[in-house]
Amino acid sequence: MSRVVVNVPAEAKRGEVIEIRTLAAHPMETGFRRTQLGELIPRDIIRSLVCTYNGVEVFRAELHPAIAANPLITFTTIATESGTLEFRWSGDNGYSASHRTAIKVV
Amino acid sequence: MLLAALASAGEVPLAERRSGYEFMSRETRAMQDDEVTGPTVFALLDGEALWGKLGCAGCHGDAAASMRGVATRYPAFVQGKLVNLEQQVRHRATALAYESRELLALTAYVARQSRGMPIDVQVDEKTRPFLEAGKAFFHRRQGQLNLACTQCHDDNWGKKLAGSTIPQAHPTGYPIYRLEWQAVGSLARRFRNCLTGMRAELYTPGSQELVELELYLMWRARGMKLEAPAVRP
Amino acid sequence: MITRRGFLLLGLTSTSALAQLPPNIEAVRKAAFEEAIRKVVGNAEVRQGRVKLDVPPLIDNGNTVPLSVEVESPMTAADHAKAIHVFTERNPQPYVLTAHLGPRSGRARVSTRARIADTGTVTAIAQMSDGSFWAHSVRVVVTLSACLEEGLI
Repeated sequence: MSRVVVNVPAEAKRGEVIEIRTLAAHPMETGFRRTQLGELIPRDIIRSLVCTYNGVEVFRAELHPAIAANPLITFTTIATESGTLEFRWSGDNGYSASHRTAIKVV
Repeated sequence: MLLAALASAGEVPLAERRSGYEFMSRETRAMQDDEVTGPTVFALLDGEALWGKLGCAGCHGDAAASMRGVATRYPAFVQGKLVNLEQQVRHRATALAYESRELLALTAYVARQSRGMPIDVQVDEKTRPFLEAGKAFFHRRQGQLNLACTQCHDDNWGKKLAGSTIPQAHPTGYPIYRLEWQAVGSLARRFRNCLTGMRAELYTPGSQELVELELYLMWRARGMKLEAPAVRP
Repeated sequence: MITRRGFLLLGLTSTSALAQLPPNIEAVRKAAFEEAIRKVVGNAEVRQGRVKLDVPPLIDNGNTVPLSVEVESPMTAADHAKAIHVFTERNPQPYVLTAHLGPRSGRARVSTRARIADTGTVTAIAQMSDGSFWAHSVRVVVTLSACLEEGLI
């Protein structure tokens, strides 16, 4: 279930600010919901997303139960050089997901 | 002539037919329009994967070609029975339970191939009895609140019900991602939510009553563009 | 499959298990909201401006609310937004998102979809590299969808 979708332009001009859209499949169980019998459903969320660009961290987000299911996080970064963008999600109960995508900077 | 007899005085005239899309906020509409990171994306990806994994491609090849237009014609009369799209999707995969993630994903994927096309269910002597049954259901008062669907959705659409705007109830986008469910669900699930609101009997997904009602609503929405899979509040 | 009698007995006998919200829930949540902001900001002054929180004032359904924050900033090494913090006043806990940015970001802008439980205030605070804090708050109205699964409406 570590499904993710990452949308990054395959190519960009040097210095251009590019938009990165990320989506991770996860119910983001808040820990505040109860079953029909009143039992609390334990919290189970993605807690962080980190993006590195050729190994350098360029973005980090801390997620909380108030982020909707299948978290969408959209942010920007400067297309500095060709290389690899790597995305890493981590969360409760050992959840982890990752994705790499190449970017060509001209 | 047959169709004129079926149309009732309270029904929404063609020129005034509006999808639930138009009753949503700009932001919710944007979520439906977002084909890359919208809330239905994972269901569509799962559906595409299942299309391959379950062997649908073996008979049907590329879904974009073979399934184009299919969702606009359901519910349909197939091999002696009235079936809706979910039921037809299950035809070789009966292990897929109603409302299961897999069936919803596959149905969403199939329905997606008809997005933008006008709804076009067939009405003939075979389907007429079901259409009339569905229409009767829509007009019949039910439940503890003794309400008929037509009273809200034909007579009072556009007005408010406890903070929400009443839509015309055209099933143009099923299966939908309902924000309330935080998941993709079927038209049957949505019907059951309505029936719960009316304090009426909850028919089950795949039951004759709900498939007939679906046929009537799809016929009532004829000509409107299919939006599946849609996002709704 | 629990019988009706069993369910009613359960309701009578269980104590804190079933959700009984404290009568001062509003005050509790508001205090948590203010404390969360204080943890980020400390004693510094929080100025209005430079931050634009984009969240619909009338929300169809609180389960999925598109939300984005943009901060006016040159985003240079010398002058940039270090972090964007989003809080909401009426949720069971006040934190929504914290985004850490820097000169590589290009623009100080982040978008997500949030859960907003109830009508109230959503606040975005930008933490700048020079130690200043800027904020924008939006008052939102959250409506319930019609005809729910559990028949609350």
